[in-house]
Amino acid sequence: MVVVVLGAPGTILRSVMRSKMTALLQQPGYEEERLQRVAEKLPCRDVQAGLLLSLMGQPQQYSFPSIFIYGHRASGKSHVLQVLLKELELPHATVSCVECVSVVLLFEQVLLSFFGCDAASLLPRSPSLSDFVRVYRQQCSQSPAKQTRYIVMEKAELLRDTDANLLPALLRLQELVEDNVTVILLSEIVWDKFRPNTGCFEPLLLHFPDYSKGELQQILSQDRHPSYSAEFYSSYINILLGVFYSVCRDLRELRHLAALNFSKFCEPLAEGKVKDTDTHKLWRNIEPHLKKAMQTVYLREVSSLQWEQMQQMEEKETGTVRGLSAHTHVELPYYSKFLLIAAYLASYNPARTDKRFFVKHHGKIKKTNFLKKNEKTSNHLLGPKPFPLDRLLAIFYSVVDSRVAPTASIFSQISSLVTLQLLTKVSQGDLLDAPKFKCAVSLDFICAISRTVNFEILKYLYDFL
Amino acid sequence: MSKRKVGAAHMPVGECITQVQEILRQRFCRQRVPDRPGGVEAQHKHLLGLLKRTAVHGESNSVLIVGPRGAGKTMLLKCVLRDLMEEKEVQKNLLQVHLNGLLQTDDRIALKEITRQLSLENVVGDKVFGSFSENLVFLLEALKKGDRSSSRPVLFVLDEFDLFAHHKNQTLLYNLFDVSQSAQTPIAVVGLTCRLDVLELLEKRVKSRFSHRQIHLLSSLTFPQYLERVQTQLSLPDDFPDENFAQNWNSSIKAVCEDKSVRDVLQRHFNSSKDHRTMNMLLMLCLSRVSVSKPTIKPADVLEASRMCFSDAKANMLHGLSILELCLIIAMKHLNDIYEGEPFNLQMVHNGADGFFC
Repeated sequence: MVVVVLGAPGTILRSVMRSKMTALLQQPGYEEERLQRVAEKLPCRDVQAGLLLSLMGQPQQYSFPSIFIYGHRASGKSHVLQVLLKELELPHATVSCVECVSVVLLFEQVLLSFFGCDAASLLPRSPSLSDFVRVYRQQCSQSPAKQTRYIVMEKAELLRDTDANLLPALLRLQELVEDNVTVILLSEIVWDKFRPNTGCFEPLLLHFPDYSKGELQQILSQDRHPSYSAEFYSSYINILLGVFYSVCRDLRELRHLAALNFSKFCEPLAEGKVKDTDTHKLWRNIEPHLKKAMQTVYLREVSSLQWEQMQQMEEKETGTVRGLSAHTHVELPYYSKFLLIAAYLASYNPARTDKRFFVKHHGKIKKTNFLKKNEKTSNHLLGPKPFPLDRLLAIFYSVVDSRVAPTASIFSQISSLVTLQLLTKVSQGDLLDAPKFKCAVSLDFICAISRTVNFEILKYLYDFL
Repeated sequence: MSKRKVGAAHMPVGECITQVQEILRQRFCRQRVPDRPGGVEAQHKHLLGLLKRTAVHGESNSVLIVGPRGAGKTMLLKCVLRDLMEEKEVQKNLLQVHLNGLLQTDDRIALKEITRQLSLENVVGDKVFGSFSENLVFLLEALKKGDRSSSRPVLFVLDEFDLFAHHKNQTLLYNLFDVSQSAQTPIAVVGLTCRLDVLELLEKRVKSRFSHRQIHLLSSLTFPQYLERVQTQLSLPDDFPDENFAQNWNSSIKAVCEDKSVRDVLQRHFNSSKDHRTMNMLLMLCLSRVSVSKPTIKPADVLEASRMCFSDAKANMLHGLSILELCLIIAMKHLNDIYEGEPFNLQMVHNGADGFFC
């Protein structure tokens, strides 16, 4: 698994790539050096940037009324657009649909970006789309567009949940307001899931493909620490990608992991044990840490600070990473344990099997049509089912061997179990005399508890029959 | 930015390309109205006659233009209006109100829009009306000419007509058709819709007041006609400043359209949809590959554009998944097949995918 990075020294490689990139980004109507700056800021996205640029055409020409760009998370969609629009100084309005809880915010943002705050204040109290189009037309007749105006909408999948007329109207905004405006929608979801029932103006579909392994290497090597050489950092990135590429291709996540684990990687170098070209030893040092870090991909169970602290003291302990999901053992009173066991049985056994498990002389149980289609799935996979309080108590009385009186102390123990979040209350608000609960503990936990009271829970579970 | 072409040329290539882009973009993106509508002459004549009768002779009419998306309904209407406005009398008298079902989602909003477009805000002022019909009648009365003898004809264009049928009680439609049936003011109501079953959306009382006149725009293009249209769309007009360049361009377009692979591609597009919009999208993608360094359209451009149009979006997205995510998707597919579409949760998928993880 050791890959030694061989290559020309960084500077020559970089300048060759720069000229290759700028050769692709040529468009009359924009200045050369601006295009060059754009190309430098967009590594590995030159094809897409070139395509976008050629669709945009010269600033004063019309462009297609709506463009839909889709691609995975962190594939550079917003980044490319922002760089293009900012560097080339084109009039644009960027709106994130997450922020637009109501359409008013969208309208105001667009009018503000194009026509200033006076225009935004012309909108009436709760404007409809009709008002927005009217104000836009008024403003645009006063200040017509000399360059194409762009409205960029990020997270466009949220537009599907707004009014049904918003998405079709935005797609043909150019026609409705009779102005040189193009709407660009960015989303992670494919266009087929957006199309309204009666159809709409179809936008131009552009795909931003995912980065390949080489491209990821190139991009990640760019944020290297200045005090280390480029080869050293790219060998680190190589190792990192080798471990994580099959699990995660998200650029953001990989950058986070690279930043998090770099200090550990450099540790032997700082201690003077290893030279920076000795990749084999560095690999042996970092490998167990990366394997441990695999558990925290995407999860962020521990904050970066905690992670670094844990790294420092990890030589002493050999346990697994204990994030929030690891329960510490809770000491419960005797009857509470049995209540919890009874709750677990009530959640994971179907109600019709109670008679068989808990009644002393149940007689013959007919094997009726037990085998329904979803019998194949064990109840443990489907999650806990809600049960009424009466059922819990019935199971509890049959499970506890001594005679227990139904006093208030038993009921208060149930409430404390709910407070400890070992049980969850699921009843609807107004049914006070028939509360329903669910058991929220895992099988391992309940096995540990039942071992402490010498109760064989596996014999009572339907899934383990 | 412009290169000087060697040889006799009126304009440098860069300028020519800019002009070409300008003209063609107006056609594809802005959907500029062509001089003569192709293939819809009968419908054009019918609609023109109808509107002329309203505008000149004061006869009320209503008509629905029905056709699938991209069939050219708005283009037809714009053509007809442009031809209509050439007559001086019509230009002086006819008032137009354009409503859109996407924008005017409510009858109240629609009424305000009508007031605004007829420039009668001052006349209405702060009046409060009892009902919708009172308001509408008041508006139409206000349009009477000075000598109070007759009212100016009004043309109501309702885009996305089917959305108006979803308003409460269909008040706007009822009143408009009512006015068109009673001889109060000469109005013409033109509705454009993509739904073929639009009449079933109308209430009984609305339907009875409608004249049941429908103009259908169901495209009956044959493939040779489609090819011709592609060629005309891409060709430069005769009044292009640089004749030499225009001739070269047009002949190269002709050569491209006769190329075998391009024909196959266009046949595939023709088989999936014949309407203007998809054609415009394809041609726009071809146009975006024209630049100063490559000043013509080649067959490879059309092939590449077609490939972009037909690319499978879901396959593209699947390509970008990591191996772990792919394992989960395979497990989900298995579960879907085993349980025939019953819902499943993450726990089940994880169990099923355990076999893939070593």
